[in-house]
Amino acid sequence: MHRVLNVVKRIAIASNFEEAAKVQNAILDEVGKFGYSEPSVFAIKLAVEECLNNAIRHGNKMDESKTVRVEYETDASKVRIAVTDEGGGFDPLDVPDPTADENLEKPSGRGIMLMRVYMDSVEYSPDGSRVVMVKHNR
Amino acid sequence: MTREKNSRLTISTEGDVTLVELAERRILDEVSISEIGDSLNALVVQSPKPRLVLDFSKVAHMSSSALGMLITLHKRTREKGGELRLCCIQPAIYEVFVITRLNEIFSIHQTRPQAMDSLK
Repeated sequence: MHRVLNVVKRIAIASNFEEAAKVQNAILDEVGKFGYSEPSVFAIKLAVEECLNNAIRHGNKMDESKTVRVEYETDASKVRIAVTDEGGGFDPLDVPDPTADENLEKPSGRGIMLMRVYMDSVEYSPDGSRVVMVKHNR
Repeated sequence: MTREKNSRLTISTEGDVTLVELAERRILDEVSISEIGDSLNALVVQSPKPRLVLDFSKVAHMSSSALGMLITLHKRTREKGGELRLCCIQPAIYEVFVITRLNEIFSIHQTRPQAMDSLK
């Protein structure tokens, strides 16, 4: 029986959005090889974008000397993506609900919620500087 | 009717309504969002009472930063007594508006004629 072995790929990037786009494309290329469904690809693209934006903007405060580390592994059934920044971390439970009436017109604060909605699991390390997301191909 | 085009937007006017077609498939990265936001805000600034229709028919992906840019645009438009309409949003992106409840904030229309008519 032929078996595809999972290989964890690791990339470290400077904290800028051009580098983030390259990582995002690399992950999507990998997912594309396994023929993920269109809704799954949409979800992964959105979640990776939000996650990297948070790491660069809020974690590393746009400091290009700081690194964002990305690990990902893919097979035909699921993709697992871990993103770690060098920031001081945060408590995800402290992030206000962007769908509460009083927050609806705030221009930011929706990224984490979208990651949680579109991925099957989103887990933060205790200090909040590392997030691991999983999406199953359906 | 006048028409102006750059790499990210096609802007035309019909009467006192400005129609903006977003030309990018992906409104995700920060550079695109910043440039699109600047162009749209310039339209609001230069009009005494802006009436804008944004056509999303070519847009296949958006991030929360792009939503933030739209919220800011909406706010500035209202501050000048103007109106903003969104139209032709693809179903996957419309779902993002619903999840974030922004479909309750924005006036969203299925077609461009519906959006234009709503400003008459």
